Amino acid sequence: MIVVENVSRSFGPVRAVDDISFVANDGRITGLLGHNGAGKSTTLRILSTVLRADSGRALVDGHDCARDSLAVRRSLGVLPHASGLYATLTGRENIRYYGRLHGMRGAPLESAIEELVERLGLGAVVDRRAKGYSQGERLKVALARALIHRPRTVILDEPTNGLDVNAVRMLRELLRELRASGRCILFSSHVMQEVAALCDHIVIISGGRVVVSGTPGEILEHTGATDLEEAFVRAADAERAE
Amino acid sequence: MSAVATVFRKDVLENIRDHRVILSAFFFGVLLAPIIFALTANITSKRVAQTQEEPLEISVSGADRAPNLLAFFEENGAIAKRVELSADEAMRAVRSGAEELVLIVPEDYPSRLRAGEPAPIELVVDTANTHTSGNAERARRLLEGYSRQLAALRLLVRGIDPDVIRPIAVQTLDVATPAGRAALFLGMLTYFCFMSMLVGGFYLAIDTTAGERERGSLEPLLSLPVSRASLIVGKMLATSSFMAVSLLLTLVTFGIVLRFIPLERFGMSANFGWEVVAGIFAVMVAFVPLGAALMTVVASFTRSNREAQSWLSVVLFVPLAPILYAQLSGTKASAALMFVPSLSQHLLGTNLLRGDSIPPLHFVISAGTTLALGVLLALLAVRLYEREAILG
Repeated sequence: MIVVENVSRSFGPVRAVDDISFVANDGRITGLLGHNGAGKSTTLRILSTVLRADSGRALVDGHDCARDSLAVRRSLGVLPHASGLYATLTGRENIRYYGRLHGMRGAPLESAIEELVERLGLGAVVDRRAKGYSQGERLKVALARALIHRPRTVILDEPTNGLDVNAVRMLRELLRELRASGRCILFSSHVMQEVAALCDHIVIISGGRVVVSGTPGEILEHTGATDLEEAFVRAADAERAE
Repeated sequence: MSAVATVFRKDVLENIRDHRVILSAFFFGVLLAPIIFALTANITSKRVAQTQEEPLEISVSGADRAPNLLAFFEENGAIAKRVELSADEAMRAVRSGAEELVLIVPEDYPSRLRAGEPAPIELVVDTANTHTSGNAERARRLLEGYSRQLAALRLLVRGIDPDVIRPIAVQTLDVATPAGRAALFLGMLTYFCFMSMLVGGFYLAIDTTAGERERGSLEPLLSLPVSRASLIVGKMLATSSFMAVSLLLTLVTFGIVLRFIPLERFGMSANFGWEVVAGIFAVMVAFVPLGAALMTVVASFTRSNREAQSWLSVVLFVPLAPILYAQLSGTKASAALMFVPSLSQHLLGTNLLRGDSIPPLHFVISAGTTLALGVLLALLAVRLYEREAILG
């Protein structure tokens, strides 16, 4: 579970995140929706403890991101914006590297890798070097790498960017599976359809602030729009106009 | 600790598989440096051998006017080539390189010689031409010898012991051992060692920050439950291991190549057995952590791979500055200089090459200060890695 309370963060004169609060519960897929530059990536980076908040509090599974960052990183699986695979290592070596850095060793690690390889259908490519991977294969290996330690909470930063339809469908299916197993999933996107197709809970941010949040139904009601696309544009633009 | 080992292993494996890294890391030290060295040594040794063994050839204009001089030349193994050139023509020929040396015997030479006056003789040389300067010196010495012989004869005719015009008999005793003379030349070797060491770790040092950032792998790496200190230490160890291997390969290649260079031909014996290789490695390897940390620190300030490469190319020359200074000024090892990293390794290495033993205290100071500075810089690298700005 993720709790964000009044978190702010500035870069010089720019307030990238301005007093943001929201909750992402276990067994739910929460979407962080906003235009490019709205503050999505900064929020996710604060949660993954790569950045620190100037003020406010962020908790992952009860651990404070600022004070107990190691515990946060232990219970977190992160799929970054870029896959960031090591090109000269094989897919399996990429996954094993992360497993080891999570403190896994030997047979438990190898069987965890094998399980993910099977689930993601990576058998044919996992022992090839990552250099020649397609977009979809890169995503699958990056996912396996993020999930190797069975994290309770999973963060994904714009995971569907540049993916073909098949890869997107695979990803959605996997995220639903993770939700069914009681995990907390937070993912960011600037594509409304993406979020609408998947999320139980939506947080729309604009200019570093939360404009509106709730279930898709609540958001429609709040903005008085007939569809989510319309609601997103209205909510974001209302904030910009201020 | 196990995280450090994991990072180390992965970085070594990743870079071993990258042909570009392997090629640039080991090409310089293992192939290029010894080849440059062998070529320089061969050319130098050929030139020395040539000037000492080949008969001196002098073009003489107006040879008919000085038959005794020519006879003296021949007695002393020089070959006189008869030419007819005016002074202007001779100067042009030497300047253009058509003639190496031209000796001009003027028309008044025989008459003045007979009259007992200083007989003029002109030697046309080009001192700017390093190739012929050795021969010019030999020709001058021959002429002086002939002059002394004539003087002695004249004194004898007058009943005077020729020794009166030799009040001082200078005898030069050269104390330079053959290996000592070669060391001047082999001093270049320590320079190549530093170069190959730094080039060996070059790409890994860039990879730790700028490289990981550019490939987008730094952020997920930093989201793992591992302290940033273990990440950067593992990476610096990987860089260090590449540097140490590069150094070792360079020394071994030198050990092999120097066997085929006829250093003895110009009066030098290269003292480069395997124990010297091991000794120099022991002295030099203390510089590895310092070099690795220095490159990592510099790379962490850069924003991209390309920028890191250009900055690190500058860093490559930092440890070389004291060595160049020492080579030019002929500095000798002293305890105080052992506190200067790179210079101390250079001085100790040259000592080993010269066949001298090194004082244990010197070795301890050199290794101690260099390693301590390496640790300090590594701590700085850790601090830099812990900044948020590392994400760029």
